[in-house]
Amino acid sequence: MIKKIYLNSPFDRNIIKSLRIGDVVYISGEIFAARDAVHKKFMQIIDNGEKLPIDINNQFIYYVGPCPAKPGQVIGSAGPTTSGRMDAYTPKLLDLGLLGMIGKGARSQKVKDSIIENEAVYFGCTGGAGALISKFIDSQEVIAFPELGAESLRRLKVNNFPVIVVVDSLGNDLYETGCQRYSDRV
Amino acid sequence: MKTIFEEQIIKAVRDMCIEANCCLNDDVYNAIVTSISYEKSDTGVEVLNQLAENSIIARNEQMPICQDTGMAIVFVEIGQDVHVRGNISDAINEGVRRGYEEGFLRKSVVSDPLLRCNSGDNTPAIIYYEIVDGENMKISLVPKGFGSENMSDIAMLKPSDGIDGIIDFVVDTCIKAGPNPCPPIIVGVGIGGSFEKCAFLAKKALMRPINLSNSKAHIANLENQLLERINRLGIGPAGLGGKITALGVNVETFATHIAGLPVAVNISCHATRHAEVVL
Repeated sequence: MIKKIYLNSPFDRNIIKSLRIGDVVYISGEIFAARDAVHKKFMQIIDNGEKLPIDINNQFIYYVGPCPAKPGQVIGSAGPTTSGRMDAYTPKLLDLGLLGMIGKGARSQKVKDSIIENEAVYFGCTGGAGALISKFIDSQEVIAFPELGAESLRRLKVNNFPVIVVVDSLGNDLYETGCQRYSDRV
Repeated sequence: MKTIFEEQIIKAVRDMCIEANCCLNDDVYNAIVTSISYEKSDTGVEVLNQLAENSIIARNEQMPICQDTGMAIVFVEIGQDVHVRGNISDAINEGVRRGYEEGFLRKSVVSDPLLRCNSGDNTPAIIYYEIVDGENMKISLVPKGFGSENMSDIAMLKPSDGIDGIIDFVVDTCIKAGPNPCPPIIVGVGIGGSFEKCAFLAKKALMRPINLSNSKAHIANLENQLLERINRLGIGPAGLGGKITALGVNVETFATHIAGLPVAVNISCHATRHAEVVL
């Protein structure tokens, strides 16, 4: 039986901690969009002892570089990018209070350990469904690094944005358990 | 002798960039819909339904199937009796520039792999030319996303590794790829030739519709074996566990050296996009 959960920002740490792999979650409210280039800039800012352009405490970051919006659209196609490329940066952001990440693909053990330590969560959403996913985004605003184009830091308002818990606060990994369950290797 | 003008190439490439990115080809769409009845995982079925719905939205609203609208890879077959007025590579790049701008496609190309500054217009395209008989020019365009491209691999196997070695390498590459390339995947395999030739064959294999087998019986048989093995891995749609990990495996081969058995695996996601035109 798949458990369905509705989450609204600001997000509650106690609820995040209680999520388990396979839970289907519908996110509403504000999340941030950032991928490779923004993460790299964040690290430089942190290393320089400066302040990030956003307060990431209790926030979710969605790994996405959307297509440009056509006239009349809020945003173009906006599916997840491969999360593993952010692995080098994620533990530091979790230590600073980041509560969850949304993306697709496997995370390193270091990231999973940091998720356990910080009682955070990693959500997956369907890679390759960018046109469909754009329908759950009500607004977008570039809030820093506009020179990065598709990779700019954005604030997104989402409405019942569908994700699934892939790594939970106990370090369970749905990619591993799901694959084992259906594997029929010879 | 036929003359083809620069403007014809620009317009054809522009249109193909938009068409390929917004309209999933029928072979892949049909494979997704058919696969739903074979999927044992409820989550897997849900993901496959999302992908089918996504491609309908993309087609109806002319928006990209995936936000990674790829790097434009262009294969040109030029009849030896064709004369092109103007610079053909410049025309192709201008077509890409217009297609990505006017089609509201994402610009995903950096001009230098180390300095990593976005070129701003998705150029340059990667262009391969082949001289053929006749007086036509066939242009095929593959917008290739890198979530899946990054999971590709190549191996210089020994002849003694044989067919089992090939199968193990292809399957291992899919295991390592896991959930990253947005399964269900389409797997292009090149066997033979040299180091670069087999990589090229793997890319070309992705251009063949997945409902068409290789014309050589022993290679078609290998394609079927590989698809069956990959779909036993349990990776499933979106990598969340399930029976449908790949929708198709296409293999292309070429003669090779007595000492070699090169194998390249080019992984592609379900958005294996492809458009072609004959001028």
